[in-house]
Amino acid sequence: MGNIKEEIQKRILVLDGAMGTMIQQYRFSEEEYRGEQFKDFHVSVKGNNDMLSITQPQAIKEIHRKYLEAGADIIETNTFSSTTIAMADYEMEDYVYELNYQSAKIAKEVADEFTAKNPAKPRFVAGAIGPTNKTASMSPKVNDPGFRAVTFNDLKAAYKQQTEALLDGGVDILLVETVFDTLNAKAALFAIEEVKEERNIDVPIMLSGTITDASGRTLSGQTAEAFLISVSHIPLLSIGFNCALGANQLTPHLEVLARKSNLPVSAHPNAGLPNAFGEYDETPEEMAAQIKTYLDKHLVRIIGGCCGTTPAHIKAIADLVSPLTPKGGI
Amino acid sequence: MQEDKSNIENKSSVRYLKLSGLEPLIITPESNFINVGERTNVAGSRLFLRLIKDEKFDEALAIARHQVDGGAQIIDVNMDDGLIDGKEAMVQFLNLIASEPDISRVPVMIDSSKWEIIEAGLQVVQGKCVVNSISLKEGEATFIKQAKLIKRYGAAVIVMAFDEVGQADNFDRRIEIAKRSYDILVNEVKFPSEDIIFDLNIFPVATGMDEHKRNALDFIEATRWVRENLPNVSVSGGVSNVSFSFRGNDSVREAMHSVFLYHAIKAGMNMGIVNPTMLEVYDEIPKDLLERVEDVILNRRDDATERLLTFAESVISSVKEHKVDLSWREKPLQERITHALVKGVDEFILDDVEEARKQATKPIEVIEQHLMTGMNVVGDLFGSGKMFLPQVVKSARVMKRAVAYLQPFIEESKRPLAPTSAPLSTGSKGGTFKSYEMADRLLYGKLKEFAVALRKNQTEAEGILWECLKNKQLKGYKFRRQHIVGQYIADFVCLKNRLIIEVDGKIHQLPENMESDEIRTAWLSDKGFKVLRFTNAHVIGDIDNILENILSELNKISETNLALAGKASPSGTGGAAGKILLATVKGDVHDIGKNIVGVVLNCNNYEIIDLGVMVSTEKIIETAKLENVDVIGLSGLITPSLDEMAYVAAEMERQNFKVPLLIGGATTSKAHTAVKIDTQYSNAVIYVNDASRAVTVVGNLINDNNTVGEYVKSIKDDYVTVREGFYNRSDRKEYLSLAGARENKFNIDWNNPNIATPNFLGTKVIENLNLNKLLEYIDWSPFFRTWELHGKFPAILTDAVVGETATHLFNDAQKLLQKVVDEKLLTAKAVFGIFSANSVNDDDIEVYADENKTEVKARFLTLRQQLKKKEGTPSMALADFVAPKETNIEDYMGAFCVSTGFGTAELAAEFEKDHDDYNSIMIKALADRLAEAFAEYLHKKVRTDYWGYASDEKLSTDELIKESYKGIRPAPGYPACPDHTEKLTIWELLKVKENIGVELTESLAMWPAASVSGYYFGSENAKYFGVGKITEEQVKDFAKRKNMDVETAKKWLRPNLAD
Repeated sequence: MGNIKEEIQKRILVLDGAMGTMIQQYRFSEEEYRGEQFKDFHVSVKGNNDMLSITQPQAIKEIHRKYLEAGADIIETNTFSSTTIAMADYEMEDYVYELNYQSAKIAKEVADEFTAKNPAKPRFVAGAIGPTNKTASMSPKVNDPGFRAVTFNDLKAAYKQQTEALLDGGVDILLVETVFDTLNAKAALFAIEEVKEERNIDVPIMLSGTITDASGRTLSGQTAEAFLISVSHIPLLSIGFNCALGANQLTPHLEVLARKSNLPVSAHPNAGLPNAFGEYDETPEEMAAQIKTYLDKHLVRIIGGCCGTTPAHIKAIADLVSPLTPKGGI
Repeated sequence: MQEDKSNIENKSSVRYLKLSGLEPLIITPESNFINVGERTNVAGSRLFLRLIKDEKFDEALAIARHQVDGGAQIIDVNMDDGLIDGKEAMVQFLNLIASEPDISRVPVMIDSSKWEIIEAGLQVVQGKCVVNSISLKEGEATFIKQAKLIKRYGAAVIVMAFDEVGQADNFDRRIEIAKRSYDILVNEVKFPSEDIIFDLNIFPVATGMDEHKRNALDFIEATRWVRENLPNVSVSGGVSNVSFSFRGNDSVREAMHSVFLYHAIKAGMNMGIVNPTMLEVYDEIPKDLLERVEDVILNRRDDATERLLTFAESVISSVKEHKVDLSWREKPLQERITHALVKGVDEFILDDVEEARKQATKPIEVIEQHLMTGMNVVGDLFGSGKMFLPQVVKSARVMKRAVAYLQPFIEESKRPLAPTSAPLSTGSKGGTFKSYEMADRLLYGKLKEFAVALRKNQTEAEGILWECLKNKQLKGYKFRRQHIVGQYIADFVCLKNRLIIEVDGKIHQLPENMESDEIRTAWLSDKGFKVLRFTNAHVIGDIDNILENILSELNKISETNLALAGKASPSGTGGAAGKILLATVKGDVHDIGKNIVGVVLNCNNYEIIDLGVMVSTEKIIETAKLENVDVIGLSGLITPSLDEMAYVAAEMERQNFKVPLLIGGATTSKAHTAVKIDTQYSNAVIYVNDASRAVTVVGNLINDNNTVGEYVKSIKDDYVTVREGFYNRSDRKEYLSLAGARENKFNIDWNNPNIATPNFLGTKVIENLNLNKLLEYIDWSPFFRTWELHGKFPAILTDAVVGETATHLFNDAQKLLQKVVDEKLLTAKAVFGIFSANSVNDDDIEVYADENKTEVKARFLTLRQQLKKKEGTPSMALADFVAPKETNIEDYMGAFCVSTGFGTAELAAEFEKDHDDYNSIMIKALADRLAEAFAEYLHKKVRTDYWGYASDEKLSTDELIKESYKGIRPAPGYPACPDHTEKLTIWELLKVKENIGVELTESLAMWPAASVSGYYFGSENAKYFGVGKITEEQVKDFAKRKNMDVETAKKWLRPNLAD
């Protein structure tokens, strides 16, 4: 197997696109979400995409496969919400280890298939670690700004469990992504460091924040540079931004990272901004045209897609990238 | 990092300390000394300790904000005190800071001697902070363990020069411990060297003990060594320690701090804790003091300490006096006048104006030149956001006083030949102006008053003539009466044709008046006016002939004289920039905002016709016509006023008005204006959300630039867009049927109702409550909003932008409030009742005469939410908080009305008489606050005493403001019960008018305005909510229950009707 730290020096790596957008197309019913294992589960689970890795593994594998066919070098596990904190919505806290383990396992299987077919282009699996649905540095209660719905220690414990399961399932990279509150990310990084120390291993970490709107700040109020400084204490494979904005809107913030940091920069923007119906309608060609300016400016080393992107988008991006890739690529 | 590389030769090893709050802080060799704010430290600030102990976190936050505003680039937070739970206080305070972006933009320094407090702090800060501090005091193992964790949490660290042996107190020990700490951190812990900050212990000098002599010097030398030998680290320290032996002599201490810093910074100290108010500028230290201080700091002489001590006794008296700075009084006259206007200082204005008057050829010049120059500065500053509303209102007060002072002189100068000293009344008819081009705009105001008086007291002859001229009766020629032209008041004028008609009484027959009439006629004809004079007798005896005369003159002028147009202002505004009518519409009594708009526009040279409150549409229309106004502005606070404004607009349309209509007031909005008012009137309708906007808007509406049409069109277009957006949006809402909403009501478990039996049932009146009792209940934040200063109290007092203004305003308010309390200028009255009650038919509440429930004393109708919501969210109505009758549970509710408004109108009038709009607005704003405070006070009394369901309650004012109490007191007309007509039921039930004299207007506003009324619900489940939009079905049902016709019900509920 290739080494990601070497690969990133050689070429611009392509990350996959949206998982949720693809899952929507299957229009799974409540029964299909439940599958055999959860057929008697006591609450409704429709919409719990992460559990499909257990109940509909063929579909998830198919999605991974499509992205790999499109040219992705790195695919993300279907584990965005697989922490005890986020799974509380579905009362599935007890299944968190299994969710992460299975998701990692099937992603790795598919990635290995592709690596075997073309060893010159090794494929990697990144364990997706989402932000959870709670913020550690903001109060959800308007009248009680000192209140916190989740503590650092809660987050650390949840992230540690997720990290261990992802690693057990075989991921190559950990991707702490869609960071809207830097304190949540710091808890994730803290947990990962503990696991690394306990297992005496080194695992590459990608970190990707989210600039929520035109203010140019994260949801918790930090500027891009303050965010960068706040997470620079942990060795990272890459730092970047994803979600919330389209490729164009993301450019100035990526420029800050590129200028202020010597880490490789990653980006996985949305397919534009959502339209009035909450749908993303930027075509692969439109998105690729914007990504091209990233490449022209040498802004990014890892590029992929977030909400609304499909294998077609990733293919358009991979087609842009491959000519830049030294011989031995696809 | 790239940036670093470009600056530094040795690329690989030189790295900078980078910290972050919401924003980055990067410390490079080029950075100035990094000042750490130290007032949020319970060990160092007694005030902060007290605030934390009392859990007054808002005020504690204000201190933090003050530090950041004052330039602190990092704030040190320390909660080490035996009497507080340091860990909890640290977490709570850091959490609160996190929600204040103007504080949390800077990094935090977590300061504690207890590791558990530090770690708790590290777990709640998202940015890269600094730990203050760790050391080798407890050995290497602890040191390493803590450093590792700090690294993993992502913070920088201050390392104290302290080891197992003790604190470093000389040069060698300092560098020994620093070197050892550095090596462990960098080599064993792999701690980034740039994240290490050494505190090398600053100790006092000049203590009289020989072993302390080198304290400062050793620190400075050790700093130099550390910066040269330990790459990338920073050096910090608490500076005030060095001057500890001179406590009480701030002059010497300030000099010592400056000298110490001067040398320490040169040696490489790049951050530290310094109180900026305890720092002299190095270059400004007197030479003799400087020399002696440097001798001590640098240990240059054996007798340095003695020499400084001796010298210190001579400086001890030169304690800075905090006097009002009067240096501006030394400046030239114009600068003094401008200063007085800009700062709103009226102490010296009369002296200055008198001086100016003596210098001027004519008193009017003082207004035209000196005062207007100053007011233009005020206008510019306000326009550019550098002055705030309260300051402008104060400027206006100074201006008005100055003008009032000059007025008699101006009158005097106008009629030196008049035979009588009667003011203006004769002067206007016999002025002697020689060369004024047009009337001064300020004098205009005075003339205006007089013209109105003349109109009211017209002579018989004038009355007869006006009957024939008014309303364009004379072949369509429009005449105005008692109209100001230049410095004169013309009896009648047709502006278009520049014809003036004077009807003279006896006084003109006097020789000196004959002469002045000639001068005046000459001036007027120079301006293109033709003057016709008739005697009273002539008018009374031969009106037909006179009219013919006038008509023939008009025809002549039409043909010949129009070429002169442009020579004088044809607008009829006589020099003011424009004439603006302001009114609070019928049924509404709230006028603070409108008065502010009036003052601000007046400052900007517009003439204001303020019709006051409760003004009928007819009066607005009539006055607008009579005065030929340029703009009409309507204000209102209660919801029925919105309809009234739409009605005024419709009337204006019907009567072919062309002038723009401005809309303002708390309940108005751009959406409402666009949807409901703009559609009624084909000319300009503009929503003005605050007073400062009013000037710009009016400026855009009245000017000579030919841009008015364009501006109006842009506004009209904008409102079309707003309307479309509004209609589209409202299409998507879904509503529950009334039955469905009732089905989904808010369910209280009536099997376990937990209802306290009131200690008191019936109605009670409070006469004349001591206002002192209300002071602690005042919520000040809305007070500042009234003045368009936005922010939370008390933080607003230290706000970077408006803090100074807010503080002045607050001090003025306190002063007036004290006076009001001391002299009992306002009367506080209340009536309230607590009654046996049950809900019936889901939405109504029956109030019973007694607990037998035989007689229904009143029936309150509540409205229910219908907007479709997320499943599981109830559709609430206030009736849900009272036990349904069928449960047979004894339940209760209450109602109240409080007022502190008695006396307000009189006080305001008195201030206005004294040209003091500032205090006139202030007293109304204070009365409003007191009324709210009274409502809060009474509610507490009811909770803890009369009803007594929360007899053990202990809440601070802050908690009251945040409504953390049990039970609610919603007010009709507000979101939970938007129906104003319920006030009638309250008035009937409590006999409000009979008991305390508060009345309801036709729109059901309370008079006096500073009153609050509402219901009491005691259920622990009761909460505030908004009814939101309701459907026609509920309106019909409501009308039926209320025995009201549907159209009337719709009128009252209009803002809540679903489209």
